[in-house]
Amino acid sequence: MSVQEPMDPQTRVVILGAGHGGGSVAAFLRQYGFAGPITLVGEEPLPPYQRPPLSKAWLKGEATAESLALKPLEFYAENNIDLRLGVHAVAIDRASKTVAVSQGEPIAYDVLVLAMGARARRLTIPGADLKGVMELRTAADAEKLKTALGAGKTLAVVGGGYVGLEAAASAISLSAKAVIIEREHRVLARVACEELSNFFQSYHAARGVTFELSAGVEAFVGVEGQVTGVKLADGRTIACDAALVGVGAIPNDEIAKAAGLECNNGVVVDLAARTSDPAIFAVGDLTQRPMPLYSRSVRLESVPNALEQAKAVACAVTGRPLAAPEVPWFWSDQFDLKLQIAGMPFDADEIIIRGDPDTAKFAVFHLKQGCIQAVEAVNAAPEFMAGKQLVASQKPVARDKLVDMSISMKLVAV
Amino acid sequence: MAKITFVEHNGTEHVVDAKNGLTVMEAAVKNNVPGIDADCGGACACATCHVYVGEAWVGKLDKPSAMEESMLDFAENVESNSRLSCQIKMSDALDGIVVTLPESQH
Repeated sequence: MSVQEPMDPQTRVVILGAGHGGGSVAAFLRQYGFAGPITLVGEEPLPPYQRPPLSKAWLKGEATAESLALKPLEFYAENNIDLRLGVHAVAIDRASKTVAVSQGEPIAYDVLVLAMGARARRLTIPGADLKGVMELRTAADAEKLKTALGAGKTLAVVGGGYVGLEAAASAISLSAKAVIIEREHRVLARVACEELSNFFQSYHAARGVTFELSAGVEAFVGVEGQVTGVKLADGRTIACDAALVGVGAIPNDEIAKAAGLECNNGVVVDLAARTSDPAIFAVGDLTQRPMPLYSRSVRLESVPNALEQAKAVACAVTGRPLAAPEVPWFWSDQFDLKLQIAGMPFDADEIIIRGDPDTAKFAVFHLKQGCIQAVEAVNAAPEFMAGKQLVASQKPVARDKLVDMSISMKLVAV
Repeated sequence: MAKITFVEHNGTEHVVDAKNGLTVMEAAVKNNVPGIDADCGGACACATCHVYVGEAWVGKLDKPSAMEESMLDFAENVESNSRLSCQIKMSDALDGIVVTLPESQH
């Protein structure tokens, strides 16, 4: 792609949201040599940190605030990044190019980057405000959950998605009990194929996690303001000491909508992460972005996606050429399982399983006309790595080789 | 505390101090060294922290795990001294280690 014109070196960059995406925009700008003023505004009291370990290493006490931090606190001052924590944006005035914030004077920008992320979807059912009904997005959430996960305690997890499964696995490793309550008939229903759902459910069940599937949740019940159970639609109550609600996330796109930016389940951006206003970019969970590989647009909640877009913004500001689009990918750690997913199974017409799920080392390939659209690999790094490259190249694969784990993944392309 | 020298693909050097126990990847990321993306934050899930370890240091490192070997086997531009820097923990024995970065991690 062509090199873009670098912006004026005194361009004022203002980044709203100091999560993984916003923090990375600031860091990449400095890496790429941008010397102008950067203001990074974050609602949480902490400088940018990694969220993925919150449901895993953090709960198990294997991570510290220092190890989770993207950069040490002094990085921001040393790199002349004006980090304003505990502050959130209230409104964007595109005409005057200013952002009204919850504390202090409006901030003027030449380039605005929206990185406000997504927030946990909440259940509007009776008892949802009881103490002990939790969500898991922030370090503060994780700390609360950790406190609730002692030996012998029971954690009820509402929602059998990745956050729920990871938290349940962490609870078990802390000698707590975990029960997963899921509306659909299988876990990971929205994000993984049936084979993978079945595998994860059995693996968790064998390690003590119990499941209530096809189960509606009517209410949280409690004693003296503290949750003691989850009431199901069939009338039963599942007793618990704490309840974690993990039923998806919604983009924090309200101020973007109010400012008239194009939004559609997230702020709509192009491949350079630019919104419908050329002076405003958006990155991460907040965005509805093009995915040329699949000829559609998607909203992704993943670190690699946020980093790819953060780099795109830094490229636009510093005049670097935009890198080729990456294959989206995801990972999850549960017990001793490493799940790695590359691509998305859009329009797939065939599923091929390589390896044996009973050995906890296998991969599920989703093919469209003989080309790999997505791979879900469990403890199977070669299948993930080669699969990711084959998703990118769209080279057709030989089914008889792909299905045979004794044949190297290097040899499966036709 | 041990010193690590990162050499970018274009030859630019970055010398950083790393506490014992920190990984080479963490030292790079915390010091904003360009060229180590570490998308997964050290979960050995992405191979975007690939480095070439200086010959004098290769033998001082623990052998790669099966997971790291598989990831490297399919990474791009792999050499015999390729490692994932998220799997190299710093110690006094590695003081002065030199690692060179590939042209691209993707």
